[in-house]
Amino acid sequence: MSSALQERDKDGLFSPEVREEIDAWIAKYPPEWKQSAVMAALRIVQDANGGWLTTELMNDVAAYLDMPPIAVYEVATFYSMYELKPVGRHKICVCTNVSCMINGSDKIVEHLEKRLGIRLGETTEDGKFTLKEVECLGACGGAPMFQIGKQYYENLTPEIVDSILDGLE
Amino acid sequence: MSEDRATVTIEVDGREIQAKAGDMLINVTDAAGIPIPRFCYHKKLSVAANCRMCLVEVENVPKPLPACATPVNDGMKVYTRSPKAIAAQKGTMEFLLINHPLDCPICDQGGECELQDVAMGYGGDVSRFVEAKRVVPNPDLGPLVSTDMTRCIHCTRCVRFGAEIAGIRELGATGRGEHMRIGTYVEHALNSELSGNIIDVCPVGALTSKPFRFRARAWELTQFDGIAPHDAVGANIHLHVQNGKVMRVVPKENEAINETWISDRDRFSYEGLYSSDRLMQPMLKDNGAWREVEWEEALEAAVNGLRAAMGSDSAQFGTLIAPTSTVEELYLAQKLTRGLGSGNIDHRLRQTDFRSLGDHPPFPWLNGAIADLEDVDAALVIGSHTRKEQPLLAHRLRKAALKGAYVALLNPFEVPLSHDAEQIAVSPASMVAELAAIAKAAGVKATGDLKKRIDGAKPDDRHKAIAQRLRDAGHGRILLGNLAAAHPDYVLLQALASELAQTVGAGLGYLPVAANSVGAAIAGAEAGRLPGWKRTDAAALDAGAMLEKGLRTYLIAGIDPELDCANPAGAVATLAGAECVVALTAYRTPTLEQVADVMLPMALFAETSGTYVNGEGTWQGARGVVAPVGKARPAWKILRVLGNLLGLEGFDYESADAVRSELEAECEGFEPAAGEIELGDAALMLQNDGLVRAGDVPIYAADTLVRRAGALQHTPDATTGFVSLNPTEAARAGLADAREVRVTQGENSVTLPLEIDPAVPDGCVRIPAGVPGSAGLGVPFGAVGLEKG
Ligand code: SF4
Ligand code: FES
Ligand code: FES
Repeated sequence: MSSALQERDKDGLFSPEVREEIDAWIAKYPPEWKQSAVMAALRIVQDANGGWLTTELMNDVAAYLDMPPIAVYEVATFYSMYELKPVGRHKICVCTNVSCMINGSDKIVEHLEKRLGIRLGETTEDGKFTLKEVECLGACGGAPMFQIGKQYYENLTPEIVDSILDGLE
Repeated sequence: MSEDRATVTIEVDGREIQAKAGDMLINVTDAAGIPIPRFCYHKKLSVAANCRMCLVEVENVPKPLPACATPVNDGMKVYTRSPKAIAAQKGTMEFLLINHPLDCPICDQGGECELQDVAMGYGGDVSRFVEAKRVVPNPDLGPLVSTDMTRCIHCTRCVRFGAEIAGIRELGATGRGEHMRIGTYVEHALNSELSGNIIDVCPVGALTSKPFRFRARAWELTQFDGIAPHDAVGANIHLHVQNGKVMRVVPKENEAINETWISDRDRFSYEGLYSSDRLMQPMLKDNGAWREVEWEEALEAAVNGLRAAMGSDSAQFGTLIAPTSTVEELYLAQKLTRGLGSGNIDHRLRQTDFRSLGDHPPFPWLNGAIADLEDVDAALVIGSHTRKEQPLLAHRLRKAALKGAYVALLNPFEVPLSHDAEQIAVSPASMVAELAAIAKAAGVKATGDLKKRIDGAKPDDRHKAIAQRLRDAGHGRILLGNLAAAHPDYVLLQALASELAQTVGAGLGYLPVAANSVGAAIAGAEAGRLPGWKRTDAAALDAGAMLEKGLRTYLIAGIDPELDCANPAGAVATLAGAECVVALTAYRTPTLEQVADVMLPMALFAETSGTYVNGEGTWQGARGVVAPVGKARPAWKILRVLGNLLGLEGFDYESADAVRSELEAECEGFEPAAGEIELGDAALMLQNDGLVRAGDVPIYAADTLVRRAGALQHTPDATTGFVSLNPTEAARAGLADAREVRVTQGENSVTLPLEIDPAVPDGCVRIPAGVPGSAGLGVPFGAVGLEKG
C-alpha cells in the first residue's frame, strides 16, 4: 500500500549503525506506534551529527518513521535537549530553576559567562563550549548544578566550576 | 461509538436535559441552546481541551471542568453562570489575552471575532498584565491565507484541521511555553486544496483571507446565499457583498452537501468576477475589426447569423455550452438549438469517446448521496485525480478510508492522497487492460469486444485483491472520474466498470466533471437527450463531432474554446473556419476575437439567478446577488431574447424560475435509473506505442471563472503547463538534463518546461490540459513525441 506520506528509500537514510540503533527503539513499540521512537531517533541522529540537528536530518527522521516533518519539528523544538544550531564540544546546561536559583545559580552563570566570554545560549569561538540555561534537571538536592554531556555536576561553586572546566579537553 | 447508549438526564442551570451517556457536555448544551464560551472546541475536530474557556461548575466536583471534554452522566448538575464558573471563565479570558495585541481596530477579524465576542461576554475590562507582550513573526503561508501570529491563542484548531480534515499536516505548534508558535517551521505555501478553511476555524484574527485583507469590515458586508459553481458537490456558500461587489465567499453549513467546509476553489474563485478581461459591452466584428456596439445591434447581428442556420441545412448549426452553466441556461440553449431545427447541442466538451453505450445506459451521476461516500467499505476509482477534481468528495472518501474502507485507484499517474489506498498507475493505453484484469479476476462474463478485452487480460495479485475487496464489501462503489471521461476508450472503461459493478454487487457512479454536468444532462443540453434525459433518435452531433466535422454556424456559451474543449487546437481551427460564431461570454479573449463574430457579454455566477444540480442529483437554486458588470446580462435572458427575436415558440419567460418550472414539468417522473450498457463494436482506440500523453485538468484551470481568480493562480497547484515524465522515461527520451521539451502531437507542437516526477508511470507523459501551455495541442490522451526544447 502506498501511503499519503512521501515514501523515501529508508535504506538510504543515515548510516547503518544509526539505523540499527533507531530500529532497536522502534522495536520497543507496537508496529503502528513506530512514531513513538521519535525522541530516541532524534537523540541518536543528533549525537551522530556532532550534537545538533539540521532540518534535513529532521526530515530524514520524519521519513524514517513515516511522520509528517512538522510533527518532528514540534518535538525537536519542544525539548531543550535537541539543538537546532551547531554547539560546542562541551554543552554546559546550567539549571536556573527555583531550587538552583535559591542556591545561587546566578553566581554560577555569572562566573561561567565571565570565564568563557560568552552569554547564555552562545558558543565559544574555538567551538569548545556552549552555555545553555535549562529548567529543573531533577537534581534539586544538589543545587546549584549543571550538566555537561551525560554527566551531572552538583553543589557547584565558582572554584568547583573552574576545576571541572580545567579538566575538559 | 455505539448508537444504543443509555439516555441520561442532566441538569444545566436548573434546566433538565436528556442526553446520551458519554456525550460531551458542550454538545449537549449546544443542542439545548445554552451558551458556553469556547475557542479550541470545534464540532468537526477532535477535542483538544487546551484553551480552558469552556470551564463550568459541576456539582460535587471541586474544580471547574471543561465542558468540551467532560462526558455527561446521569444526575449531573451543571452551572454555567455560577460565581465559580464565572470566575473561571473570567480568569481564563484574562490569561488568554495577556499576550494578545488587542489590535482589533486594524484586525480583519474585528467584528466577527470569537475572541472579541467572548471577551465582551466573559472577560473583564482591565488587564493586570503589565509585562511586555511577546512578538511573533508571521510565516508566509502562500497567497490565500494571511498571518498575524501575535494574535494566535494556540487553540490548535488550524493544526487539527490540517491533520484531521485536510489530511496533510503542514501546520504545527513548535517551541514551548512562551516560545510556542503556530507555523510550518520550514516556510512554504500551504499545499492543501482545502486550506482556506483554516481561516474560518481560527477563532481570532491570526489567520485571515489574504485576497480579502483590508478590503472591508465585516459589518459593512451583506450576506447572501449561493452555490459554488465548480465541482459536482455544489457547496453551499455565503457571498459577502459590499457596494454591489462580491468581496468574499465563505461556507454555508449543509451537513449533507459540504458539511462546514468549502474548497479553496469555491472560496477564492469570486476574484474571477472582476478580472480585467471581463467583457463589458457587446461587440461585433466588422471586416475583421472589433467594435463595441449596443445590445440591439449585437442581438440583430447574432440573430441574422443564427437565422441563416434555420431551415433546410439546420444540421449545419450547433451549440457548445459550458457544463458550469445554470440549468436554466442549459435548458434554453437546447430549446433554442432544437427550435432552430438542429439536434447539435452538447456540454460534454472534454469528452472524446462518444461511442454508443446502447439505449439505456446508466445515468451519469454519483448514484447515491454525497454523504453516502463516507460509508462505503470498498471503492474503486477509475481515472480521477480525486483531491484536485472533487476536493470535498475526496474528503468524504478519505473519511471512509479512515474508518477502514478499502480504496483503490486506477489512473494514468499516481495521485497524492491523504489516506492509504491501492494505486495502480499505468500508461493511459493500459488502463482498459488493467480494468479488464480486475474484471477477469472478479469473474466477469462478457461478450463481444468486452470479452476480447477480458480474455486477453492477465490478472495479478493486485487485481485479484481489488476484485476480492469489492466483492466482500457490503457497500462497494465504482466511480468514474474526469480522467476516464476524457479517455479515448471511455465506453470500454464504462462498460467494464458496469460489468464489474454488477458482478461484485457494487454501485456504479460517476464523479461528474463540472458543477452542472448532471444538470446539463437533465436539461437536455446533450446530443441525443431531451429534457428529462429522454432519448431522442433525431439526428444529433455530439461535441466531438461538431468540432471535427466543422459546421457553418456555432453558438458557444461560457467557454474559452482553447481551454475548455477536448481538442483545443482542433476546436479553435474549426471555429475559425465557421461562417458565423455567436459567443455568449463573460470574457474577452484573443481566441474569441479570432473565432467569433459577435460577443455577447454574459453574467457569471453570483450575478445571475440559476440552478445547479450536483452529483447526487440535488437541485440547488441561487439568486443573483450583485448586478452583472458593465452591460453584461444573465445568459438565460440573452437566450430568451434570442429565441424571441428568432420567432421561436415559448420563449416568453418572466423569470429564471419560470424556466426552471418548465424544465421541472418536463422532468416529471424522471428517476436516474441504474441502466444497462450494451456495447456495440468497440475497438481499442488508444494503443500502447511510444509515449502516451495523459492530460489532466489542473484544479485551478477547470473553468473560465477559476482561471481568472488571481490568488488561486499563485498557489502551488496553479500551472500554465508542463511536461512530466519519470526519470527512466526521461533518460530513455534523452531528456535527463533537459529543462524544456518540444512536444509534438499529430501536427501540433508546443514547448513546455520539463518536470521529473516518479509518479508518472512508464510509457506515459503527463501534460495537463485546460492550460495555456498545452492549448496548441490536441486531445488530452494520445501519442506524443518529445525532443529537447
Ligand atoms: S492560528 Fe488561529 S486556529 Fe491556529 S492555533 Fe492560533 S488561534 Fe488557533
Ligand atoms: S531546580 Fe535545578 S535541578 Fe531542580
Ligand atoms: S473549548 Fe473546552 S478547553 Fe477549549
